[in-house]
Amino acid sequence: MSYIGRSLRRIEDRPLLLGKGSFAADCNAPGHLHMRVVRSPVAFGRILGVETAEAAALEGVAAIWTADDVAGLPPIDFRQMGLERLAPYRQWVLARHYVRYVGDPVAVVFAVDPYVAEDAADLVFCDIEELAPQLDATAEPVTFMPDIHLGLLSEPAVIRRGYGDLDAAFAAAHKIVALEVKVGRHTGVPLETRGGLAVHDADTDVLTLYGAAKVPHYNRDAISRMLGLAPGRLELSEGHVGGGFGIRGELYPEDVLLCAAALRLRRPVKWIEDRKEHLLAANHSRDQVYRLHAAVDQRGFILGLKAEVFTDQGAYVRTHGTTVTDLSAAMLPGPYVIPAYSVEGHIRLTNKTPAGTYRAPGRYESTFARERLIDRIATELALAPVEVRRVNLIAAEAMPFDRGIETLGTAVVYDSGKYRDLLERVLDRLSYDRLQAELAARRDRGEHVGLGIACFVEKSGLGPQDLVRIKVDGRGTVAIVTGVASVGQGVETVLAQICAETIGIPIERISVIHGQTDRIEIGFGAFASRVTVMAGSAVKIASEALRDRALETAAKLLQTSPDALRLSGGMVEAVGGGASLPLGDVALHLEGAGGLTGEGRFVAGHMTYPYGVHAAQVKVDPSTCAITIERYLIGYDVGRAINPMLIEGQIVGAAAQGIGGALLEEFVYDENGQPLAASFADYLMPTCHEVPAIEVLLREDAPSPLNPLGVKGAGEAGINAVGAALAAAIDAALQRPGAVTQLPITPARLHRILRGPQS
Amino acid sequence: MKPAPFDYVRPASLSEVLALLAKHKDDCKILAGGQSLVPAMNFRLARPAVLIDINDIRELDYIRSDDSGLTIGALTRHAAFHRSVVAGPLGAMLSKVASNIAHYPIRQRGTFAGSLAHADPASEWCLVATTLDAAIVAKSTRGERTIAIGDFFNGTFSTDLEADELLTEIRLPALGQGWRTGFYEFSRRAGDFALGMALAALRFEAGIVREARLGVGGVSDRAIRLRKLEARLVGGAASPQMIDTIAHEAWASVSPIGDIHATPEYRRDLVATAVRRALAEAAA
Ligand SMILES: Cc1cc2nc3c(=O)[nH]c(=O)nc-3n(C[C@H](O)[C@H](O)[C@H](O)COP(=O)(O)OP(=O)(O)OC[C@H]3O[C@@H](n4cnc5c(N)ncnc54)[C@H](O)[C@@H]3O)c2cc1C
Repeated sequence: MSYIGRSLRRIEDRPLLLGKGSFAADCNAPGHLHMRVVRSPVAFGRILGVETAEAAALEGVAAIWTADDVAGLPPIDFRQMGLERLAPYRQWVLARHYVRYVGDPVAVVFAVDPYVAEDAADLVFCDIEELAPQLDATAEPVTFMPDIHLGLLSEPAVIRRGYGDLDAAFAAAHKIVALEVKVGRHTGVPLETRGGLAVHDADTDVLTLYGAAKVPHYNRDAISRMLGLAPGRLELSEGHVGGGFGIRGELYPEDVLLCAAALRLRRPVKWIEDRKEHLLAANHSRDQVYRLHAAVDQRGFILGLKAEVFTDQGAYVRTHGTTVTDLSAAMLPGPYVIPAYSVEGHIRLTNKTPAGTYRAPGRYESTFARERLIDRIATELALAPVEVRRVNLIAAEAMPFDRGIETLGTAVVYDSGKYRDLLERVLDRLSYDRLQAELAARRDRGEHVGLGIACFVEKSGLGPQDLVRIKVDGRGTVAIVTGVASVGQGVETVLAQICAETIGIPIERISVIHGQTDRIEIGFGAFASRVTVMAGSAVKIASEALRDRALETAAKLLQTSPDALRLSGGMVEAVGGGASLPLGDVALHLEGAGGLTGEGRFVAGHMTYPYGVHAAQVKVDPSTCAITIERYLIGYDVGRAINPMLIEGQIVGAAAQGIGGALLEEFVYDENGQPLAASFADYLMPTCHEVPAIEVLLREDAPSPLNPLGVKGAGEAGINAVGAALAAAIDAALQRPGAVTQLPITPARLHRILRGPQS
Repeated sequence: MKPAPFDYVRPASLSEVLALLAKHKDDCKILAGGQSLVPAMNFRLARPAVLIDINDIRELDYIRSDDSGLTIGALTRHAAFHRSVVAGPLGAMLSKVASNIAHYPIRQRGTFAGSLAHADPASEWCLVATTLDAAIVAKSTRGERTIAIGDFFNGTFSTDLEADELLTEIRLPALGQGWRTGFYEFSRRAGDFALGMALAALRFEAGIVREARLGVGGVSDRAIRLRKLEARLVGGAASPQMIDTIAHEAWASVSPIGDIHATPEYRRDLVATAVRRALAEAAA
């Protein structure tokens, strides 16, 4: 039976559906203390003192730490894309000298229960001399910490990338099209907030941090370094994870504090972030401004593109280093040829929550910018937007397409793709011409309806590598051990499907162990739509090794040759019928010789580049500025679909988040840097009422040549172009090309577009 | 998001509630549905020393209707209005309005009286009470008094209730023969508090408006009844032109507040639209 390509139900769902999941808050240890973080109430200021005496006197308080108590701990380092010159901008686990955003951890309380901990935290008094905050990333940089880092400015880095002869392109231009757009400040909001439980086992002298997510192995090493723990003294353990979206599972001050406290206080320590903290303290993202200049010819073909990007990085540079701006710079050209390009990406600090990656980082934003640009070009040249896309799309014959740019330490080479073909398929599915005629007729009748199209390239399967070990036991059950993590996306099912297909074993007999640093020595985690590509390929390689070993061993036992045998239904059987042997028996036979195992390591120097097209049809009520999404279609080429249902799930869920970012979600600050959207009453997540049925046109037209499965990732396709497609649809509905230049498109912004700025 | 320490009492009788209120006054809070109070406590915006839970006082859970109107006891949940509580336009209107309040689970707990006592300017029930000229009954160990709705709201989250008073019931006048109603609300997501809303009730006789009630909510520190515009409607046929004029005058008569969800200019336009749509529904 074949397993790859089937929409099997998830094998990990049983405990979840029975309410037996084990999330961070489900972890408990006898006598554990609860940690509560005291956070800065102001956006920027000099710390004059932190008074803890009154709080410490409260019954049930075990300890209170301020910066002095963690003076020996280094700041939190970069996990990726770190640069030497970024080092001074790293965040300490507790603020030193200055607080730089509302929510900056200033002190931490350990108490017998979460209520007492919060009562005590309330009594800690932070004496802070308030200073004027920097809140605009496009403004001139200011000093980062005036008297601590002399002359250090709030612009840690400028990313410069480019290729081609831009001067020639602009000299040859038929027209130069300029555009400035802005994407608001969002974050991924996992249903499960951050949290963890740190337990030190005195017998073994091993500290275990439960509640890990995303990158357990990396965080194990990073925390060990910070606390000076020898290898083997710290393990991270991932339970069920209620969503990640890039933000959950990065290394934050709280993780380090938990581990340090469990060691120093000699008691288990637990921390569960509440939602208010989450919206202040976990990474924000997006918040970029793009200034674009395109040199175009008569057909709208972009001869050259000049871009300036400003990333509002917030208060510090966190684990992602320059990642978001780097990806923005590299992915801005997207699916188009653009023979000459230069970009300057300014990473600017402000006094807001520090920013990091959030699902499709640098692409949600850059796709919005680029696709708005294409629409603007179409308007200025009086061409159809779809036609301008056709003219600029990279042809299938040009694959693999070397962009001539690097990102995340790899060269951007689009591995495969039939961009034009997918665009036509999406238009076909929409009956594009007929639909446009219908919408025009509805507009004639006074309705405000319109259609928007946006194209994009994604990136997925970031290396460097992943390792998988598979073992079959005497009962014929299979354990896959991998270092990748699961943030709830269906990792277990997908890996099991690949294994089941390769070694011909019923999927019910497979279990998948992930996110446990004590089970496998390396692992690169769950982000960048990498798991199916990297761990999936490693499973394939490991399964093949195991299969070969099983066939060889069985051939000896059955006195035949391996190629006369095959694996099927958990048995080794003769191709021509006759003798057969359960796989478990083969495993038993090999017990003395290391067992029936297979190891697979997949190393990738290049990413894979899936691609897609979003189409949105909206209706606007100009009287209320309400926006209704009447239809949403996503065409996506994933290379090879291991489990189409799970891919659709990824796409639909991501589209919902994209709609949130395009229409609803935004962290707004007042002029003092106070966050005004610090709860779900004001940070508006889309609900089932706001999200229409999402149609998915899933294609496998361009398998990746870079891995044995031909797969590409699917985690970010659904969100990538939502802002772009909705903006175009709203323009069309209003018959006001180029009207939308900022996300989210709130009713108040739409009102401003419709009525103009009023006093 | 854990509340500050508090004492919790769950008295079994109304007299006990009143005695507790008299004793603790400003240090205590009544817990009805808890849908506004509990979040406020979890955010530590409210820190009552004593919480008096009235959910066991069954005698406060009633809706009575007679010719003079509807009497709503303090423990009546929003969900009680999902189905029409009284025949005719009043029941139908209340049920339409109720469906705009928050979400289904919240409506199972939240109370009509709690909404009034909480006095959120964007509360639907506050708009209904204001527009229909409700009377509020408050009790304390000092006695009982009836407060006209016009004297009840002092502003955002602020009412005329004394610290020792319990809001025990709300009286809404009947809408009998000839009344027709219209309600329109706009919020950013289904279930959110209104950015702007309007309620209209018109009594027609032979196609002519004889009585009119018109109110808007979500635009200032409390729901506003537009009495002058009501007077303009009386004697006419509530024609589309008339409705446009009224909507425009509603626009001119309000000076809305701005917040992160709506600029004053946008809210103002929204009020005009809400008034137009509510009146159009009532006149249809
Ligand atoms: C997500 C969400 C969305 C919401 N959306 C809306 C909405 O769209 N529209 C809307 O109107 N409301 C909305 N609400 C609020 C909800 O309707 C509340 O139920 C209502 O505001 C208060 O009623 P309650 O019974 O829950 O009061 P509680 O929360 O128990 O109390 C609120 C306040 O009133 C006081 N109080 C309550 N009863 C009395 C009494 N009998 N006498 C004196 N004081 C009293 C309390 O002491 C407290 O100060 C929403 C709530 C949530 C959580």
